[in-house]
Amino acid sequence: MSKLDGLLKAVGKVKGGVHADYNKNTAETATIRVPLPRKVVVPMLQHIGAPCVPTVKKGDTVKTGQLIGDSESYVSAPVHASVSGTVSSVGNVRITNGATVPAVIIESDGSNELYERFEPPKAADRDGLIAAVRASGLVGLGGAGFPAHVKLNFPKDKKVDTLVINAAECEPYITSDYRECIEHTGDIIDGASKLSEVLGFSKVIIACEDNKPRAMEVLTQKIRDEKKGSLIRVMTLASKYPMGAEKMIVQSALNKKIPPGKLPLDVGCIVMNVTSVAFTSRYLKTGKPLISRTVTVDGNAVAEPKNLRVPMGMTVSEIIDFCGLKQEPAKIIAGGPMMGTALVDGSVPILKKDNAILAFTEGGLPHKKEWDCIRCGKCTDACPLFLMPMHIDIRTRLKDAKGLEALGVMSCMECGSCAYACPAGKPLVQYMRLGKEFLKEEEKLEK
Amino acid sequence: MKNKFSSLKIMEKNKLFTVSASPHISSRETVPGIMRDVLISLSPALAAAVLIFGFRSLLVTAVCVISCILSEYLSRKAMKRKNTVSDLSATVTGLLLAFNLPVDMPLWMAAVGSVFAIVVVKQFFGGLGNNFVNPAIGGRIMLLVCFPVAMSTWALPMAWRTKPDVTTGATLLYKLSGMDMSGDIAEGMGAAGLPSMFDMLIGRRGGSLGEACTIALILGGVYLIARKIIKPVIPLSFIGTVAVIMLFAGKFDLDFLGYQIMGGGLILGAVFMATDYVTCPSTNKGKLVFGIGCGVITAVIRLYGSLPEGVSYSIIIMNILTPLIDRVTALKPFGFVKEKAEKEAKA
Repeated sequence: MSKLDGLLKAVGKVKGGVHADYNKNTAETATIRVPLPRKVVVPMLQHIGAPCVPTVKKGDTVKTGQLIGDSESYVSAPVHASVSGTVSSVGNVRITNGATVPAVIIESDGSNELYERFEPPKAADRDGLIAAVRASGLVGLGGAGFPAHVKLNFPKDKKVDTLVINAAECEPYITSDYRECIEHTGDIIDGASKLSEVLGFSKVIIACEDNKPRAMEVLTQKIRDEKKGSLIRVMTLASKYPMGAEKMIVQSALNKKIPPGKLPLDVGCIVMNVTSVAFTSRYLKTGKPLISRTVTVDGNAVAEPKNLRVPMGMTVSEIIDFCGLKQEPAKIIAGGPMMGTALVDGSVPILKKDNAILAFTEGGLPHKKEWDCIRCGKCTDACPLFLMPMHIDIRTRLKDAKGLEALGVMSCMECGSCAYACPAGKPLVQYMRLGKEFLKEEEKLEK
Repeated sequence: MKNKFSSLKIMEKNKLFTVSASPHISSRETVPGIMRDVLISLSPALAAAVLIFGFRSLLVTAVCVISCILSEYLSRKAMKRKNTVSDLSATVTGLLLAFNLPVDMPLWMAAVGSVFAIVVVKQFFGGLGNNFVNPAIGGRIMLLVCFPVAMSTWALPMAWRTKPDVTTGATLLYKLSGMDMSGDIAEGMGAAGLPSMFDMLIGRRGGSLGEACTIALILGGVYLIARKIIKPVIPLSFIGTVAVIMLFAGKFDLDFLGYQIMGGGLILGAVFMATDYVTCPSTNKGKLVFGIGCGVITAVIRLYGSLPEGVSYSIIIMNILTPLIDRVTALKPFGFVKEKAEKEAKA
């Protein structure tokens, strides 16, 4: 029997997209746990949704895993202390996306003492599981940061029978999901089984790009060992960016197109990041909330690119310093080079959704000179969602709301394929954002 | 860990890093890179032109290219806009315009055409990306209207080797090579000196500088398609449409078909001019409509028109229609469902 026996092939074709150099330099370096930082900055907003309200105040003693922020809002996820120590202040900090949000700053006492004897939550039924996932603080760990319990709490009348586990990891450089597949294979399979059992999925597809054969091998082997082959299957996808985008992975794995403004559950499936699934499984076993994550540290300014297990709230500079810098960096990116955010400085804390920190020197990233648009249409060819960035740009400049709407600007997910492909070096993603903002403003005015 | 740089230390110095919108990486393709590829793809045809029509073809080409570059530079300067010579688009226009001229074209006329192409057709409308018709074709049509005799005086192929000063009178070879006056085709075919199919392929025939050698043009086209500079949609639909119409019009005479396809500027136009990004639709569907439109207009002009300019006029007409084609062939976003279909599905 070959190692990849039973591997599913993608059933749908994804058009567009781009082929960037993979640069998965850290793929075969095992994850290292970093020494405890002296201080962590834990922002109250690490997800899409409402920010949490701090439940501790200055001077409080907190222990690792203790709840320090929660919200009454449904679309939100609680945050926990990632180290034990004393709350030195509660105030506003700037986070990776540039926003200023309230945060709890904890001076570590170095002991990393756990808050309580964590107990496995009761999650035998749907409500229990969803409450448990909410309590764990889990948000999409693939980069989107959407609260996981909201996603899992799909309307009961919707027929949702498939769980697609996203292990595509199509962004260059990032290997944290890949390491999860290699290092925590069992957790992924257990998590998939548990979620299916409680939420009633009849099929689980672990979808992986074909440039990661080893991940597919270990997953296939584990499924075989656990005799889960009738429920869980591994699927190989074409390696191209942005294969890991929700709409693209559903198109590829199930040959179903999610209409603009709709969700995977509208076509009968849920998409979860592979690391999120593995975390869910660990949480259900131990009850230990989300207080650390694996981060890929790479880029040409970094001396030794690595995958690090870091506590939430450790600052970006400290994380980079652990890997060392060989040259002075000019640009630091939280996330991948296609969709990540360039940071103004290194003082911002790492968030739940940040899967990579990349540091590049001046000239370490290709800088394309801007030329006149020659209407070559390469942006349209590259757009996986069949949008026409060049026409959208024109409509925005003309302030033509109807035209913009017809061109579907709101379905743009800002994957950056258009700007990547543009030979004129136009900042097309910014143009798309301008178009969206303009349309939102117009809609507000209408109301 | 000992390291020369520490991001903590850098931070203490209050160093701010570069911020920009994502994505932070990009493809290697650039505008001048694309133009360079177009120039490379045109070089076999230029070499063929030198072999067929002699060194004067180089001279004509040089005049066109230099006057295009100069007028681009000077007009931008006069309009107080940034210098765009380095994007190489003016060079491409110069080369393409030269390819559309007879080798014995007076040089000053070639220069006038170049200036018109760059200044009037391109820069007056906002420069690269904003011209509504292809500058080289605009230049060619302007020359044809102003200097019809010079524009249709074709040199005999290889004449430069034997008797350098001999050029033929316009009409005969014109009919033979251009095949643009269908009514006279029978008469023309009867006349002596009609090139064989093989001559048509290798370019041993009269015609404009760049259009003679079919093989060189196809070579250039294959290069452009292989380098993904152009898509094959427009050349295939354009030439295919002409071929189908001519097949019926010529009552399945394959020689007639061969002359129609290889004669005149059809291949040059379909591969290098109709595919100009700026003036053709941006979607595949739009490109197909554009190509078929060009083919139909070319065929109709060649069969029924009193003007010889089938290819040029067809491209310029479709250029003008491009914004409309773009509008009706606009793509629907991924997963788009028509509201009607959606309602039916709900019901």
